[in-house]
Amino acid sequence: MAEVRSLRKGEVALRDLSKSFQINGRPLSVLRNLNLDIRSGECLAIVGASGSGKTTLLRVLAGLETADAGRVLIDGRPVAGVGTERAVIFQEPRLLPWLTVLGNVAFGLKVRGEDSGRAEQRARHYISLVGLADFQDAYPKQLSGGMAQRVGLARALTVKPEILLLDEPLGALDAMTKLTMQQELERIWREEKVTMVLVTHDLEEAIYLADRVLILPKQKDGAPRAIDIDLPRPRDRSGARFVRYRQELLREFGLH
Amino acid sequence: MSLQELDRSIIHEGGSVSAKADEYLRRSGAVAGGWLSRYGLLIAFLALWQAASTAGWINPAVFPSVGAILSALWTGISGGALLDDIAISLQRSGTAFAGAVVLAIPLGLLMGQVRPIENALDPVLQLFRQTSALALYPVFILLLGLGEASKVFVIFWATLFPLLLSTISGVKEVDSKLIEMARVYGASRLTVFRRVVLPGAVPSIFVGLRLSATTALLLLIASEMIGANKGIGFQVMNAQYNFQIPLMFAAIFILAGLGLVSNYALVFAQRRLCRWSDASN
Ligand SMILES: Nc1ncnc2c1ncn2[C@@H]1O[C@H](COP(=O)(O)OP(=O)(O)O)[C@@H](O)[C@H]1O
Ligand SMILES: [Mg+2]
Repeated sequence: MAEVRSLRKGEVALRDLSKSFQINGRPLSVLRNLNLDIRSGECLAIVGASGSGKTTLLRVLAGLETADAGRVLIDGRPVAGVGTERAVIFQEPRLLPWLTVLGNVAFGLKVRGEDSGRAEQRARHYISLVGLADFQDAYPKQLSGGMAQRVGLARALTVKPEILLLDEPLGALDAMTKLTMQQELERIWREEKVTMVLVTHDLEEAIYLADRVLILPKQKDGAPRAIDIDLPRPRDRSGARFVRYRQELLREFGLH
Repeated sequence: MSLQELDRSIIHEGGSVSAKADEYLRRSGAVAGGWLSRYGLLIAFLALWQAASTAGWINPAVFPSVGAILSALWTGISGGALLDDIAISLQRSGTAFAGAVVLAIPLGLLMGQVRPIENALDPVLQLFRQTSALALYPVFILLLGLGEASKVFVIFWATLFPLLLSTISGVKEVDSKLIEMARVYGASRLTVFRRVVLPGAVPSIFVGLRLSATTALLLLIASEMIGANKGIGFQVMNAQYNFQIPLMFAAIFILAGLGLVSNYALVFAQRRLCRWSDASN
């Protein structure tokens, strides 16, 4: 895996991005004139109340949803539709039930026409990286929720994306598994030097993982606001400054 | 080895011998119990039949003893007469079934994938499927004559629809989230079809295959009861007509056997191909 990644890769810029949906014949404006720059290798968390448009924003970034106006630029180039420099991890692992862990992890490469032997070799590397080396021949129905989500993570990493888009990836996991996965996500993000956009409703998760937290307000409630998380890693969840960030974020949501 | 250990090992070994015997008894008991709970009622039924027939509780002319039926079966098979019937019946239903598979699976995959094609064909499909194949048999005879063609065609007709409908629904029920996932990885439409839609539809296609196989045997009998001079269905009618009641039951047993074997073969294939699916366990 000795590929050289240019340090400038994986930069995202949103310019005057707007998106609305038609609900019962009435337009619902979800994103309005959003401007955002995500640095190469940054971990940006997006938080916001349910319905604030977090998923919509992520899907526009992924190219699964087209914006009504504005542009998405990746490494300076405008993009439309999905692209191989981005990988998405959804809340559900979305594994193919008829493939083993190995088959699922190699799927992304095989779909791109990569030779099967090489795809599986690379898949094995990432299966070990997420700690599932003993399970590569298991089928998805034999895995726990946390393991399945790791498989999804390995599948995304195998294609060496510049940008990893995650939509509440740990939302369905129990509290203990979630903490472990947060640690692993941070380790993998550091090792892979990938730009990460993480949608979450868990403020602690956001502070633990992100360089910056973007708060999406409810519609009509003003513009999004970003808070830099200036803490050394790995972060101490009970440290005084961590707790202060938590309070600051809670205040943003009108909770004290 | 200390005394204590020695002691323990003796106890352990002694225990293990009796435990092994216990285990053996328990397991063979469980196997026998499982077997009995599965086939016990069937055996009791056959035994009751045999007893009722020999004791004259039921009219042996109408319900011959199981022994008499088995002997008629043996005579028919060893003499080769019933073998010919089995062969011709298998040929008819097999040809029709194969024809249905070759047409229904590709057409179903296409209809499940391409909305305009489904929209165009669906009304015709609904109409045809609601029309009983047996009701259409006279029409097929008029068109194709009383020979093999009309028999094969009526079976083909009846087996086509269950398979077609299962294939269509199998394709449409493939989780759209999986398709979206494949698209994110840059899969083309064809790749999505080959790697996501097709494998996802296989369990449902198997449901259709099993339904169709059952239907094929059902229609086989019906078609052989009209204008045939060979085949298992013909034998049932003919034996009854000639009052060879044991032979009639022997033919019925063969039919049941064919149904069991074809279903078992499909279940076996399904288990091999869909080990991942919950439905196959
Ligand atoms: N495909 C869609 N069609 C119509 N409305 C949608 C669609 N997707 C999202 N919405 C609406 O957009 C708003 C934001 O949704 P979403 O981005 O899923 O929010 P979040 O992920 O922050 O909970 C919601 O009010 C939702 O009902
Ligand atoms: Mg969401």
